[in-house]
Amino acid sequence: MTSIRAIVRGPFTASTWLATMQVMTGAAVAVIVFSVMIALASVAIVVLPTVVLVAVPFIAMLACAEVFTIWQRSRIAAFTGVQITVARGLLPRHSDASLISDLLKAARTLSTWRQIGYHLIVGPAIALAGGTAVAVCWAGALIYTATPLQLLLFPATIGTSAPKDIAVTLAGPVLFFVAPWVARATARLDTVTAAAMLGPTRADEVRRLAESRAATIEAADAERRRMERDLHDGTQQRLVSMAMRLGLALATLEDLPDEARKVIERAHEDAKEALKELRDLVQGMHPAILADRGLDAALSGVAARAPLPVALTVDLPDGRPLAAIEAVAFFVVSETLTNTAKHADATQVHVDVTHHGKLLTIRIEDDGHGGADPRKGSGLQGLRQRVASVDGTLRIHSPHGGPTVITAELPCES
Amino acid sequence: MRVVIAEDSVLLRAGLVEVLEKFGIEVAAATPDAESVLAAIEEHRPDLAILDVRMPPTFTDEGLRAALTVRRQWPQTKVLVLSQYVEERYATELLSEQTSGVGYLLKDRVADVREFVDALQRVAAGGTALDPEVVAQLLIRRRSDPIERLTPREKEVLGLMAEGRSNAGIATALVVSDSAVAKHINNIFAKLDLAESPDNDHRRVMAVLRYLRNSP
Repeated sequence: MTSIRAIVRGPFTASTWLATMQVMTGAAVAVIVFSVMIALASVAIVVLPTVVLVAVPFIAMLACAEVFTIWQRSRIAAFTGVQITVARGLLPRHSDASLISDLLKAARTLSTWRQIGYHLIVGPAIALAGGTAVAVCWAGALIYTATPLQLLLFPATIGTSAPKDIAVTLAGPVLFFVAPWVARATARLDTVTAAAMLGPTRADEVRRLAESRAATIEAADAERRRMERDLHDGTQQRLVSMAMRLGLALATLEDLPDEARKVIERAHEDAKEALKELRDLVQGMHPAILADRGLDAALSGVAARAPLPVALTVDLPDGRPLAAIEAVAFFVVSETLTNTAKHADATQVHVDVTHHGKLLTIRIEDDGHGGADPRKGSGLQGLRQRVASVDGTLRIHSPHGGPTVITAELPCES
Repeated sequence: MRVVIAEDSVLLRAGLVEVLEKFGIEVAAATPDAESVLAAIEEHRPDLAILDVRMPPTFTDEGLRAALTVRRQWPQTKVLVLSQYVEERYATELLSEQTSGVGYLLKDRVADVREFVDALQRVAAGGTALDPEVVAQLLIRRRSDPIERLTPREKEVLGLMAEGRSNAGIATALVVSDSAVAKHINNIFAKLDLAESPDNDHRRVMAVLRYLRNSP
């Protein structure tokens, strides 16, 4: 019997009065908003024949709509806690393009017209209809509840029929318990409409997510380049210097005791090995030549460093793909060669990089024992995620007994 | 022999100077970037310039471009390019104009100082010194040209030739006799259609050139 309880308690809950206040303030705000917007819209319609002058009321509408959107968002947030995120401001800002082209762009943007439409039509309509309904309910509840009292105190002043008296007497309490539902429903409609028309559209959301993903990828690539540079400028130079000095000692110190010579020789070998390992690690991550000369040039190094024979064919047009695509393509080859060397027991790998239409295709085939499974081990899973991060696809064909063929297709405009 | 050095790391610059002077090589100038090394070469006219690839201001291929400028403007100055990483693309660019008096080595090679000084003297004398890593990268990229007609052993021999080694040096590296090396080299000349000529060195250079270029 929760529904009866809810009805009985309706008028005495905070949410009822918050909803009522939301609708009433909405009505007050709508009066101002509608007056301003309708005035500007009228001016715009009047000056419509003179195309250039339309810009003036249009800019004013954008500016006002932007302020009104802030008002409405604050109002909704204050009463409901719902935060309506705004895709972006209506007025063009920090742009290199001319004002006219910015305005044309704003005029072509759906979100502009949704916001203007809300402030000019939908918002005021809901405020008017909803505000009236809620006001009438509460006023009716108040007035009709007072009717029996009036009948009791001043029976002569009314003097109507008994059935009507009973109906009117009952109307008061009924309205008193109906008003909360009307207020809450209106407030709900108010909130949902504002969120739908002032908030971001699905397309805005998709674009925002795409932008933030691209920024994340770019940040990760920048971080790899920075690490490569730091290692190059610091650790690697120091290691070279160390290996060189040990080498110099071995080459020039004539009367070294045998034991000392052995120790230095060992340290010399270790330093050279450390240099090689560091170089392989850094080059597998993000070699400087990738940014400098592109994918084609960068793949020679990774293919030659692989501990098994690689035949490399690269057929790319002159234009270079985006840096993020090049980085992923490089990673696919580098990571796959590492995996193959570790697990496949292969004697030969073919790496083919080609370009058809808008796809960059990387095909890597080895003659190993197959059975590569992305569900086991994180290598292939990481590869798949990295490829997916640029909307590419990765196919792994690796039956038991081999051979393994890994195909990555990356979107590529050039 | 007099050399000029361009290396932006203070540590390595000082180390290189020390190594060279220990071996009786005069260092006329040691500079931190490509621009100042060109000025130093103009001033000192050294036998050899040792250039780091990545130097200020952009830290990409300054040393490589400086090397090409040096070979063009001061042909009597030979160049040895050093780098933390070697890339076949850079090697091909470096050797695109001439293959004599040019070297391209990993910085790691400095650690074996005697071999390094040997390579340096070879380049200064007009020879070549290519890092084995570059040679490995070049081998991977050659698929549809006459180089493919070579046997793996012949390719190995050609690779060592490209590094600038003599017949005796190749024989030592592969642990075979001098005559076996001579036989391999003759096979290479034949497969690359390099006709008999009195000047054997010329054919060597031509073979290495074929090796480094896509079109024969």
